[in-house]
Amino acid sequence: MLFFSYFKELVGKEVTVELKNDLAIRGILHSVDQYLNIKLENIRVVDQDKYPHMLSVRNCFIRGSVVRYVQLPPDGVDIDILHDATRREARGP
Amino acid sequence: MSWSGPEDVLLSTSLASYLDKKLLVLLRDGRKLLGILRSFDQFANVVLEGACDRVIVGDLYCDIPLGLYVIRGENVVLIGELDLEREELPAHMICVSAAEIKRAQRAERDATDLKGSMRKRMEFLDLD
Repeated sequence: MLFFSYFKELVGKEVTVELKNDLAIRGILHSVDQYLNIKLENIRVVDQDKYPHMLSVRNCFIRGSVVRYVQLPPDGVDIDILHDATRREARGP
Repeated sequence: MSWSGPEDVLLSTSLASYLDKKLLVLLRDGRKLLGILRSFDQFANVVLEGACDRVIVGDLYCDIPLGLYVIRGENVVLIGELDLEREELPAHMICVSAAEIKRAQRAERDATDLKGSMRKRMEFLDLD
């Protein structure tokens, strides 16, 4: 649940999602769910010429299982809060 | 994609907002299906009405009609909402027949195979 909560904090920020099929998409994080499925708005495909079929796609839903990376803005996170949350999670129930 | 309670409705990755819309579905095997979303579930299993497979080879493309499709969620990469006010494809692309696109696909596959076999023959040289 840690990463779900973490991504919830990032809703509204611009992120770049790199998929396992090498497609990379930049957009505003609209929502995320427990499977880390991602909905992006106002997307811009990195290397658009390689993916002409994506031209008219404005918003998209990305299945969590196909995500390789989520690239975040450098000021997108408070590292200390993340550290604390990770330690708490690692301590177990 | 959980069924959201009232407190979650502002933050929901539900596909409900895509219902009855024309969508682009990217599959793991590289296929691009277009169609109208009629149903979905928590696994991202999806029902597309009037589905067609948009095959793109270089600047050529062809939409192969498929009809009513049920897609198993594990194969779904991305579901994109098509903006009807924008062109779906760049203007320089040419629509061709199914036979023509199959020919183009075979030519592309042969070219890739040839490149692959040539590379294998050069590997023994250990140039890198």
